Amino acid sequence: MSEAPAAPHTASAEPATGAGRLDLLLVPPRARAGWQVLPARVVAMCVVELQKLRHDRTELYTRAVQPALWLLIFGETFTRIKAIPTGGTPYIDFLAPGIIAQSAMFIAIFYGIMIIWERDAGILTKLLVTPTPRAALIAGKSFAAGVKALIQAVVVIVFAALLGVAMTWNPLRLLAVAVAVVLGSAFFSCLSMSIAGIVLTRDRLMGIGQAITMPLFFASNALYPVSVMPGWLQTVSKINPLSYQVDALRGLLLGTHAHLALDFTVLTAAAALGIAAAASLLGRLAR
Amino acid sequence: MTSDDEGRPGRLPGAAGPGRAPFAHRAPAPDATAHRAPAPAPDAGSASAPDAVTCRGLRYAFGETRAVDGVDLSVRPGEVFGLLGPNGAGKTTAIRCITTLLSVPAGMVRVFGHDAAKERMAVRRLLGYVPQQLSADAGLTGRENVALFARVFDVPRRERAARVAQALAAVGLTDAAGRLANTYSGGMVRRLELAQALVSAPRLLMLDEPTIGLDPIARTSVWEHINAVRAATGMTVLVTTHYMDEADQYCDRVALMHHGRIRALGTPDELRAALSARRRAARTAAPPTAPGTPTPTPAPAASPASAVSPSAAPSRSSDAAPTLEDVFRDVAGSGLDEQSGDFRDVRSTRRTAHRVG
Repeated sequence: MSEAPAAPHTASAEPATGAGRLDLLLVPPRARAGWQVLPARVVAMCVVELQKLRHDRTELYTRAVQPALWLLIFGETFTRIKAIPTGGTPYIDFLAPGIIAQSAMFIAIFYGIMIIWERDAGILTKLLVTPTPRAALIAGKSFAAGVKALIQAVVVIVFAALLGVAMTWNPLRLLAVAVAVVLGSAFFSCLSMSIAGIVLTRDRLMGIGQAITMPLFFASNALYPVSVMPGWLQTVSKINPLSYQVDALRGLLLGTHAHLALDFTVLTAAAALGIAAAASLLGRLAR
Repeated sequence: MTSDDEGRPGRLPGAAGPGRAPFAHRAPAPDATAHRAPAPAPDAGSASAPDAVTCRGLRYAFGETRAVDGVDLSVRPGEVFGLLGPNGAGKTTAIRCITTLLSVPAGMVRVFGHDAAKERMAVRRLLGYVPQQLSADAGLTGRENVALFARVFDVPRRERAARVAQALAAVGLTDAAGRLANTYSGGMVRRLELAQALVSAPRLLMLDEPTIGLDPIARTSVWEHINAVRAATGMTVLVTTHYMDEADQYCDRVALMHHGRIRALGTPDELRAALSARRRAARTAAPPTAPGTPTPTPAPAASPASAVSPSAAPSRSSDAAPTLEDVFRDVAGSGLDEQSGDFRDVRSTRRTAHRVG
């Protein structure tokens, strides 16, 4: 009787592994040097994002609807009625950088929901068991958000150009625009992932996401210059990274007066802070 | 902390032979290089070959609930070790402590001699982990899913494609590699996850309920691939399951876990033999323990139900042959059916079952 269960053991190993060439699976890969880990993980996450986007472009199209409506309806209308003092530039030109920043932010805010979904699906758990420090994982995710937002920004820029917005085509400036979009998205995705680490469930996060995106948008210079805001709102706008992103985009794309050095400093610091905060809260999601 | 601190010489000898030595059920394996002596001798991974996994006094609590309540176990290199128990027994929590997902608050966990609390990155490089959920990314192809893990484990670009192809071939997914994972069946997703875990050449494969929600044919297929890969690579496998029949069939040794503690530990044969003996002893109204017989890796002294010492040879089957489930009922005592598994546990099980369809 005690021998009986031994039979399935010996019988079970025959099938599978047809070729049996598994030599590479016997050698563990060499670890990268410490400083290379972060860029390598960022690249890995960005590649995944692009691969997903390549397989399913639906999101690309559906996400283009809202900025298009903002530019087309809100932009065109307010250009006509000239209600907002924009210092000479047509309102739709003034609005276009704001809409780029807004649509990038909306994409980035989605990442908290995504990381909770990945937690529930076991994907995050599995990534956390790889030799990837948490900060590198979060940095990877946030720059992946940046890559996605960048594609969105291209869509909006093309659309704005079709509507006759006069923007720069200087490649250096466009490169700086890309950096600003990525940094801003990195911050907002980390904000969202930090909140995910606090509230832990998708339902709560969806409510909070809805609750914070519009205020972040309205309490910034995306739709109107800071000067027309009431004093308290100006203060809020000053601590809102979206304002600095819009300021940079406006300066780079339209050539209006901007505080580029300050903008990029704030965006970089915000992104770094966001990554640190989200990474420290990631452990709560892993539990 | 990311330094690669193991050259891994002598990984294959002993355990990797095609002769499937690790499958042998008799405890003293002939190739003593890979298998330690069957005696308990729980020295904490000292000297020559450290255990694949060593837990000493492992405890973990979620608030008031003590999910893992003093677990001691040693997984020997090259064996398939099953951690058995109902939902909520603490299996997954124990696994998550060993994988460094949860920081070990009390007790010691070592993986091939590396402290899971202090050398997280070193431990992670030794691990291939397949969680309970079907965790492949549905928006990526099979190949992309595996390639992600090749990247994350620092496989250099020039050998990435070849390594990914081998991992997919090892689980029989070469033909489906270019398809999106959301077109895969449940069994295929499990095999894909196995490929994801294998691509980094782990020494310890950790599978949390690998066959949950799968139909019988897919279950067998998953196990066959696990066994074939193990036979070819000699890796250690630590698996949790609540399917006692699977554990009986595929595990070299099992630990029965209940309410956060290990209630019995040994080969399936030993455990069943012990139960037969106890039943016989109970019938003849003799004292349950008889001296002089070798104790096959008794459960740690901490657990109250450690009286698993077999008192006689397992041959004579006067009553129906006990199954592992019978053993489990016996050592777990009462309270088996009530409140097993917290809500999240059950929910995730249901979700997995739902996704498998």
